Amino acid sequence: MVQKEIVLQKQMADVIIVGGGPAGISAATILARAGKKVVVIERGNFAGSKNVFGGAIYAKPTAEIFPNFEEEAPLERCNTEHRYALLGEDDGTVISYKNPIHCQKGETNSYTVIRAKWDRWCAEQAKKEGAYIVTETIVREIIIKESKVVGIKTDLEEFYAPITIIADGVNSLLTKQLGLRKETQPKEVALGIKEVITLSKEKIQDRFNLDDKTGVIYTIAGGPMLGMLGLGYIYTNQESISIGVGVSLEELQKRNIKPYEILNELKEHPSIAPLIKDGDLKEYSAHLIPEGGYNSMPKILGNGFMVAGDAAMFVNNVHWEGTNLAMLSGKLAAETAIVALEQNDFSEHTLELYKKKLKHSFILKDLKTYRNVIPTLEHNASAFLGFYPKKINEFMEMFTSVDSIPKRQKYRTFIKNIFKERNLFKIALDMLKLLKLVWGVIVR
Amino acid sequence: MSNIKGVPQNVEDKLFSVKYKPCEKSHLQPTPSDCARCKTKPCTTFCPAKVYVWDEEGNQLLVGYENCLECGACRIGCTYQSIKWEYPEGGCGVTFKNG
Repeated sequence: MVQKEIVLQKQMADVIIVGGGPAGISAATILARAGKKVVVIERGNFAGSKNVFGGAIYAKPTAEIFPNFEEEAPLERCNTEHRYALLGEDDGTVISYKNPIHCQKGETNSYTVIRAKWDRWCAEQAKKEGAYIVTETIVREIIIKESKVVGIKTDLEEFYAPITIIADGVNSLLTKQLGLRKETQPKEVALGIKEVITLSKEKIQDRFNLDDKTGVIYTIAGGPMLGMLGLGYIYTNQESISIGVGVSLEELQKRNIKPYEILNELKEHPSIAPLIKDGDLKEYSAHLIPEGGYNSMPKILGNGFMVAGDAAMFVNNVHWEGTNLAMLSGKLAAETAIVALEQNDFSEHTLELYKKKLKHSFILKDLKTYRNVIPTLEHNASAFLGFYPKKINEFMEMFTSVDSIPKRQKYRTFIKNIFKERNLFKIALDMLKLLKLVWGVIVR
Repeated sequence: MSNIKGVPQNVEDKLFSVKYKPCEKSHLQPTPSDCARCKTKPCTTFCPAKVYVWDEEGNQLLVGYENCLECGACRIGCTYQSIKWEYPEGGCGVTFKNG
């Protein structure tokens, strides 16, 4: 009898979730929907108030958690076009893929959202399902008893549950505290900075060739980031655009550059400036992006706990997908927790199911597929992100200019110049590296 | 409402677009002896909110924690990884309205 009382006293919840971002809230929603008692601890004023991303959430993964989100959630624009801009110092080559079908019901791919509205809406859904969300509260410590995670400590209270889902984001102080990972290194993260710039609906639609509902995504390489491990982006919202850059922290550290100066330069680039002309700054923001991928993942489960989202380094650093990996990892953690609660077994052995689920999903498969991309780019940034992008733009300049020079002569001069600037051996080596990379992505 | 006419170039003006709730004490504690021996002081350049400024005369790192965007770059990018970095107390610090 006495023993039972103690157990009851500790069972304040079935599951504690640290962090009210996409991973935590998704987990909370699934668990609450299954009738489990869930507590989410969020440090901000509201879920989403500390969160920053580029701009898009993905329709299919989101619908797995919030089936009616397309009718009910605060969405900005459905994206029907993706433009890839390869910028030289002043020139630029843009490739665009557009398909209007992605704004039709059942065919949508991604939506731009404003995180403060979107995350808050998601949290509302979790609450409606019965999750209990505590805001303005920081989890200071994980409580461990007999080598099991049994709860968490905030500044004022202690919460106990047989399972804790750690979804405390890229800085995850808790996974570090538990010794699940080493200190993150500068090359494992990118510093993202972003400006949301107000523009009228009409201007956005005219400048970006959109209608009332559709949106476009820009992925931008080169420009002020030539030779640097960094990318830029633009997303279109209803009455603002989000423009930002993500640059490897190691690059910033080594080169001694200010991140906002890179963004300033990008905004002045002739290919970008007209798009944002006369806009007003609505908000400036910054956030880290976990880019270490497969090779930097912490231990993601153990007795009484699982790690989800950015805290587990679940970001596809090539496609810049993050929210979808976060949401689905949260869902898989929740499903695992439900099984564990039914079996009343919260051991590492039972929670291994989480890893099994992740391995079967696109999450770990994609991270594995791309595990060598960032290291390869990092070691060859001056070539792959500097020399070749410049050459592509020079080729386009040569190819499109009309100057009464015979075409064959122009081609030959162009090729000669390539070999003058980079010797044949180096070029052959680059091609080999590229092939190896592609082979690694497609085959093994 | 929080719109700033045009898009300012310098970071101090950019930060005017950010909403903060002030915290009473700093959540960022660099280790002064490490700052003194740090040659490059990268935090004074890569910090997106220019929180860190080196004071030559006082031979110390000034920390404008009130402007912190809580990104964590300094925690990872500090040469000696010796900035004691915590989240500001619950509910205070930055609130992104358009993240």
